Amino acid sequence: MKIRAIAFHTLKEAIRDRILYLILFFAVICIGFSRLLALLTIGDRVKVIKDVGLSSLSLFGALMAILIGTGLVYKEIDKKTIYTLLSKPIHRYQFLLGKFFGLVLTLFIMLLLMSIIFLALIFFHTFKIEWQMLIAILYIFLELCLITSVALLFSCFSTPILSSIFSFAFYLIGHTAWGLETLIIKIKPGFGKAVAQALYQFLPDLENFNFKTEIVLNLPIPPSIFLFSALYGIFYTLFVLTIALLIFRKKDFI
Amino acid sequence: MAIALNIEDLHKTFSLGFIPKKTKILKGISLSVNQGEIFGYLGPNGAGKTTTIKCILGLIFPDKGKIELFGHSYLSLQAKAQTGFLPENPYFYDHLTASEFLYFYSQLFLIKKKEREEKIKHLLQIVGLEPSADLQLRKFSRGMLQRIGMAQSLLNDPSLVLLDEPLGGLDPIGRKEIRDIIVKLKEEGKTVFLSSHILQDIEMICDRVAIIVNGEIVNQGTLKDLISEKILFTEIDLSGVEEKELKNLGESVTKKAGRILLRVSKEENVEKVLELVQSKKGKVHSLIPRTETLEDLFVGMVKQK
Repeated sequence: MKIRAIAFHTLKEAIRDRILYLILFFAVICIGFSRLLALLTIGDRVKVIKDVGLSSLSLFGALMAILIGTGLVYKEIDKKTIYTLLSKPIHRYQFLLGKFFGLVLTLFIMLLLMSIIFLALIFFHTFKIEWQMLIAILYIFLELCLITSVALLFSCFSTPILSSIFSFAFYLIGHTAWGLETLIIKIKPGFGKAVAQALYQFLPDLENFNFKTEIVLNLPIPPSIFLFSALYGIFYTLFVLTIALLIFRKKDFI
Repeated sequence: MAIALNIEDLHKTFSLGFIPKKTKILKGISLSVNQGEIFGYLGPNGAGKTTTIKCILGLIFPDKGKIELFGHSYLSLQAKAQTGFLPENPYFYDHLTASEFLYFYSQLFLIKKKEREEKIKHLLQIVGLEPSADLQLRKFSRGMLQRIGMAQSLLNDPSLVLLDEPLGGLDPIGRKEIRDIIVKLKEEGKTVFLSSHILQDIEMICDRVAIIVNGEIVNQGTLKDLISEKILFTEIDLSGVEEKELKNLGESVTKKAGRILLRVSKEENVEKVLELVQSKKGKVHSLIPRTETLEDLFVGMVKQK
């Protein structure tokens, strides 16, 4: 009940934030732009719309998660609203989880809006609703949940600008860490290989949530990969949230 | 009398700065607040008043010491459920209206939906913000924020209300209104812990006070115990007598339009001054014996430290 109250308050705060609409505006422009790109393409035009559309959902969703998420806790501390909030009969974990679910709910609504526009655009070309796109979108949503938890973690101890930089770094590393796998195969055994292997285990692999190509090209995906990616997302998010809780639990609000 | 708040040997150190430097803020604070009283927590800026309150509320964790609220540990939800808090210079969610803000906080106290609307309406009425119920908090003045802050601190009908500088920055009317609310809280049987450096207000409404200087309690007790009723000096405003004739009887403070304000330290000299004025056919405009005030005590303590 208390977590729900804080979550809905966070949702209210986020949807009254102008930055959300600015990102949404650019996302819609970008999805619309895919139609223009399709016109310039020789071959499968719908594929271009699907590719650009899904990438826009992922990128702008991540932008929303980072830019709003990094200010969530920091703003409460900076504006001192946390003083009265935490003096109420709530546990600190309830506050943090409320903030997390509030932003996740906001992202869900935004993703839903963007998806409707995206699916409508495809519909105008194919005259059918491509439901399989929802699978790719679902995994984008899982990725956004993880990014939200990371933004929230940085927000517990850092300023929004620094937290945004850290979270963007997480996002970029997460989408490029798969390159380490190739590196590990090519590198000779030794210290370098051990470091690359350790890094590969430690760094996030956000490509686990990327089913865009497979879905757009209608390639078969084994259910075990879907399951692995879902579990990876859930457990990684829980892990980051636990670290955030541990930091937040003993924090002094001077 | 039952104890509402008990603090024993509270210590807190902060490490501040780029190269952390340890600063002792609280150096063994011990105090107890009885149920149903208004307790004044006095101290100059930076003495540790707000830090003590933040420790009581669990916003910062003390290095050492014990804090109990109605016999519960200060971190327990039972303790928090019985406590109301108004911070210094309150800032709230400025995107919310006054009613939305109180509605949000009432959810954290698990107040039933049916009671919520009524309670919010009642509290807005108490603090005189009923006409501004649907106004966003960003449009509130300093005084209005203080009042909505007061309203949120009373949402749970608390047994103990912690007020951090509730009268700071308010105009005289605003101060009187908040003061009246505090007195009313006491009449309702609530305990009020009031931190302030506005001494006149503390003197007017507090039953007991503690004075904190540099993180240490230097004195605490009832106002009657702390302030002696002995007359310190008598101020006599008179005219019709030459200043030089009064030289041995007292100290002339001001001289304006033939009137002299004389400060007489010895009681027997007061009689002599009055006799002199009578013999010279002069006039006594006023005669005020000055006893010790809280301000005298406070300034004395701070200077001593």
